[in-house]
Amino acid sequence: MMQWSDHLVVGPVLLPLATAALMLLLSEGRRSFKALLNVLSTTLGLAMAVALLLRVQADGPAAFGIYLPGNWAVPYGIVLVADRLSALMAVLTGSVALAALLFALARWQRAGVYFHALFQLQLMGLYGAFLTADLFNLFVFFEVLLAASYGLLLHGGGLERVRAGLHYIAINLVASLLFLIGVAVLYGVTGTLNMADIAHKLTLVPVSDRGLLHAGAAILAIAFLAKAALWPLNFWLPPAYAAASAPAAAVFAILTKVGVYAVLRLWTLCFPAEAGISAGFGDRVLVWGGIATLAYGAIGMMASQQLARLAGYSVIASSGTLIAAIGFDAPTLSAAALYYLASSTLAACALFLLVELLERSREVEMAPPELDDGNDRLPAFIDTEPPAHVNLDEDEVVLIGRVIPAALAFLGVAFALCAMVVSGLPPLAGFVAKLGMLSALLERPGPAAWTLFTLLLVSGLAATTALLRVGVRHFWTAQDRVAPRLRVAETLPIAGLLAATVALVLQADAVLAYTRATADALHDPARYMQAVMSARPLPQPTLGVMP
Amino acid sequence: MEVIIALAIGVMAGAGVWLLLRPRTFQVLIGLSLLSYAINLFIFSVGSLSVNEEPIVRPGLAPTLADYTDPLPQSLVLTAIVIGFATTALFLVVLLALRGLSGGDHVDGREGQP
Repeated sequence: MMQWSDHLVVGPVLLPLATAALMLLLSEGRRSFKALLNVLSTTLGLAMAVALLLRVQADGPAAFGIYLPGNWAVPYGIVLVADRLSALMAVLTGSVALAALLFALARWQRAGVYFHALFQLQLMGLYGAFLTADLFNLFVFFEVLLAASYGLLLHGGGLERVRAGLHYIAINLVASLLFLIGVAVLYGVTGTLNMADIAHKLTLVPVSDRGLLHAGAAILAIAFLAKAALWPLNFWLPPAYAAASAPAAAVFAILTKVGVYAVLRLWTLCFPAEAGISAGFGDRVLVWGGIATLAYGAIGMMASQQLARLAGYSVIASSGTLIAAIGFDAPTLSAAALYYLASSTLAACALFLLVELLERSREVEMAPPELDDGNDRLPAFIDTEPPAHVNLDEDEVVLIGRVIPAALAFLGVAFALCAMVVSGLPPLAGFVAKLGMLSALLERPGPAAWTLFTLLLVSGLAATTALLRVGVRHFWTAQDRVAPRLRVAETLPIAGLLAATVALVLQADAVLAYTRATADALHDPARYMQAVMSARPLPQPTLGVMP
Repeated sequence: MEVIIALAIGVMAGAGVWLLLRPRTFQVLIGLSLLSYAINLFIFSVGSLSVNEEPIVRPGLAPTLADYTDPLPQSLVLTAIVIGFATTALFLVVLLALRGLSGGDHVDGREGQP
């Protein structure tokens, strides 16, 4: 008999779908009601994701929440599986979405139509992609989340967004077509679309078909890696993310992680060390591709003039780190990489929200000067000596006793915390993650491990330099700048995200134990396959005879 | 039959890729459509090509692959067609918006330097 809690696995997919459908029925005029509905639904989705996370922490078969939506026997019907990795990604999705939504309530929700419906469909695609265990179903959820992301990217309109949107859509459509080719080839070779069943049948594939199998897997991987922004498939990302409105870009912080998730899931499932001649297929591509991406992201961060593009390059650098770390196929490294995934996603989301607020304060600065009142005296020599032993600003005015406006203080502190997480400085979450990866890399000899080790440190330095430069430009050279006006709804999500990264450090032991268990489960795919393949459909309900 | 299907897929994919790399938005759109047709045919072909065979089991006919065609690629193609159609329509809207905003049909929204 099924309990109510067994339906929890499908909840995060159905809830946003139902909410979006309801929103489409409401007229555009009832925006505040839609906003309320959106907040409620997103919060409930996050609560369900957290409930899933708590549920899968058990050991043994209870670690897999398996759900058969059509009640078909396993290799034939679609299966949803919530394991530790899926639950972690779902919780991250919910957190990022809630922050972006609260931020959007202040201003951005009024910039265009259907914002709330698109937002919910985006969530449905994300949750679905993380929970499904069927390859074609994964394609469908990818398309759902991409279609919604096209709409969100264009939210607000304007030439810059439409131009970046056209490139983004074209590239993602081509990647989706590659996805289809890969799925078709894998189906042709194995005759199944269930991920666990594919992994199970891979060992039986004859040597003559191995070439076709590898070609299919490689094409599929290209589709995922284009979405995960692996170099050289990532030139679309900085302009698209820089053009997107702040809440959309904040949600997009998790979109590249979908590609990383798909690679991690399928690669560890299909090509583990015990997969015979296909073992570790393509691991060098992942490692060196990831290293190249990390280098590209670090150089891009140093080179970017706009803060929004800098944030885009930081997303690329974190993708590169993750893919390179995954490619080593080592549980300790994967565990640290998963911790890094959580911290970098939250920090990237906060950074994209901060970008908007910082740009706004710059716009205030660049506002046209006030009318000339005819009182433009020539600069005179300063006739009074400034007091000794105190700090002076550029106009030789004493700095003591000047109040920093609260908004500027908030922005400064938030930006500093965010920069520390992104560049991996102690004592915040980015440092814990990088330390974990570095110590795991020390156990693995070889040039690839040393290159990644060096590059992790160098990229941290590059990120620190680039972000420090921005910080100096925005906060220390701000003479007579009018403090930006911030609303509570805008500062709250940033504060929440940064508090989450602090919580990741305070609870680092528990989180690292969780990611370690996740990585162990990923590197022992037999458990996953066993759990999925042993799921049985419920017996058909018998029609009761009316008395 | 395999040769004809393979040629059709190859010609459409080739034409699609060429059009995709052109600088005009409409050419890119047609290129994407051609590529998706090629891929739909390709998905069809992975389930073994056969003529005049049932996808659904009929009474009196032994349920082996010699008597039936694989129904799954057909359902996959159906889904892929629907999704491809929707995304192509969406691309068309963005194309028109870009044309309206930039006044040209170049994919970058402006003509390159000659």
